[in-house]
Amino acid sequence: MEILIFFLHGLGYAGLLFLVSAGLTLIFGMMNILNFAHAAMYMLGAYLSYSIMNHFTGQLWISLLICPVALFIIGALVQRFLLRPVHKLGHVHELLMTFGLAYIITELVQWYWGNYPLAVNVDGVLNSTVHVIGLTYPVYRIFIFLCAIVVGTLMALILYKTRLGIIIRAAVNDSEMVNALGVNVPLVFTGVFAFGTALSGFAGVIAAPLLSVFPGMAHEILIDAFVVIVVGGFGSLGGAVVASLIIGLLQSFGVLLIPQLSMALAYLLMVIVLIIKPSGLFGEESL
Amino acid sequence: MLEVRDIHSYYGGSHILHGVIMDLKEGELVCLLGRNGVGKSTTLKSIMGIVQPKQGSIRFNDKELIGSAPYQVARLGIGYVPEDRRIFRSLTVHENLLMGIKGRNKDNTGKNSWSIEQVYDLFPNLGKRRNNKGAHLSGGEQQMLTVSRTLMGNPRIILVDEPTEGLAPLVAKDVLDMLATVRKSGVTVLMVEQNFKLAVKVADRFYVMTKGQIVFEGDREALLAAEDVRKKYLEV
Repeated sequence: MEILIFFLHGLGYAGLLFLVSAGLTLIFGMMNILNFAHAAMYMLGAYLSYSIMNHFTGQLWISLLICPVALFIIGALVQRFLLRPVHKLGHVHELLMTFGLAYIITELVQWYWGNYPLAVNVDGVLNSTVHVIGLTYPVYRIFIFLCAIVVGTLMALILYKTRLGIIIRAAVNDSEMVNALGVNVPLVFTGVFAFGTALSGFAGVIAAPLLSVFPGMAHEILIDAFVVIVVGGFGSLGGAVVASLIIGLLQSFGVLLIPQLSMALAYLLMVIVLIIKPSGLFGEESL
Repeated sequence: MLEVRDIHSYYGGSHILHGVIMDLKEGELVCLLGRNGVGKSTTLKSIMGIVQPKQGSIRFNDKELIGSAPYQVARLGIGYVPEDRRIFRSLTVHENLLMGIKGRNKDNTGKNSWSIEQVYDLFPNLGKRRNNKGAHLSGGEQQMLTVSRTLMGNPRIILVDEPTEGLAPLVAKDVLDMLATVRKSGVTVLMVEQNFKLAVKVADRFYVMTKGQIVFEGDREALLAAEDVRKKYLEV
C-alpha cells in the first residue's frame, strides 16, 4: 500500500515537472537558449495566483485562465525586447540575460510579496480525498497529473498534427533553414518562448496549492527541469514526458528506499545518461 | 533578373567577399566555380540574406535585397538549397516538403508552380519514401529532397550550394540532371560547384571565383578555351 502512495506521489511531481520542462525543452531545442528565467516565470505564476485567489476570488480556474495569459505576454515582451537584441552576440549573452532576469524577478517577488511562504488554498472537490483500494489519497495530486496529461496531449496534437507543429519541429532541427524557406522564424521564436513561459506560469498556478508559494520554489524546480531536458533529449516532447516520469518516480521512491541518497539520484541518472547517450534518451544523435 | 553589384561580406571578423559582381538572366543555369574557401557559399548566403553584405547592392527584379531577412528574400521568389543538404532529419519526407510550401511566393502561382504530387511523379523514389524520416534517406535522396523542398515555394530562382558534394558519381549525375529538369520547367538556377567536369555538362554560363572576387565570366566554349583560368583557379 505504501508503494502505491509513493507511486502516486511520484506521478504528481512528474506532472508538475513535465509542465515546467515541456516549455523549456522547446525553447532550448529551438532557440538554443538555456533559459534560467524559466523557473522564475513559474514562481511568478504561483505568486500571481496567490494574489488572485486570496484577494480577488477563491477560484483556482480563474487563476488558471489569467496567469498563463499574463505570463504569455511577459514572455513575448522578454523575448522580443531583451533576448532578440542580444541574439547575434551569441548563446553566452542570452544565457546571462536570462540568468540576470531570474534574479530580478526573484528580487521583485520578495520585495512585493515578502520572504515567507504563503499558503494557497483550494476548496471543493480539489480539496477532498478519494479512496482507492483502501487508501485515502488527496484529489489535488491526481488533478496535477491529469492536467499534465491534458497539456501533453494538446502539445503533441499541435506538434504532430498541424502546420505550426511541423514548423516548430523543423526549427528544432535547423532554424536557419526554416528561415530560408520563407518562414518568419523570429516571430515563431517569440511565440514559442511566450508559450513556454505561459506553460511555466500554468505549472506555477498548479504547484501553489500543493507546495505553497515561496521565493525558493523557482530554484527547487529549475534544477530538476534541467535534468529532465538533459535526460529526455533537447527539444523532444516525448523525451520530456518519459524523463519527467522517471525523475518524478525516482525522487519519490528514492525517499522511500534510500533516503540518504534521494537527492543525488536524479543527478546520478543524468550522469549515466550523459555517458551512455549524450544527446539524451530521445535526442537526435547528431546533436 | 538578379544583379549583384560590388558586394563586400564578412564572416565573423574576416573579409570574405571583395566586391563580387554577377548577373543572372531569366531561365539560365549558371555555375559559380572555384576552389574551397574562395567565397562561393558566402556569395549565395549574401544573396539570401543569411550573411548581410556591408557594402554593395543586390537587386532582384529591381528590388533591393540587402537588409531583408532570409524569409523575406524567400518570399520574393528566391529559393535556397544549402550545402550539406540540411533536410529536417526528424520530419518525414512529406513533412519536409510541406515546410517548403509554407513560405510560398504568392505572386508566382502560375506557370512554374509546383505541387507535392508533381514532385512525387518526377522523383518516384521520394514518393515511395514519403513517410520515412529525413534522417533515413540516402545522400542522393536527401539531395533530391532539399531541392524539391525548395521548389515547393515556387521560386523564380534557386541558389544551389554544392549539390554533388559527397555523392557517388552516378548519383551526382542524377542530381545535376534533376537541376537541368528544374531549369527546363522555367526556374533560373545559380549553382555553386567544385566539380568542373560535371558542371560543364549542364550549365550555360560560368563564373570563376578566387579570393572573394570574380575572375572569369563566360559560356561553356569560353571556359573550355580558357586553359589558363582552369589551371590557375580550378584544377588541383
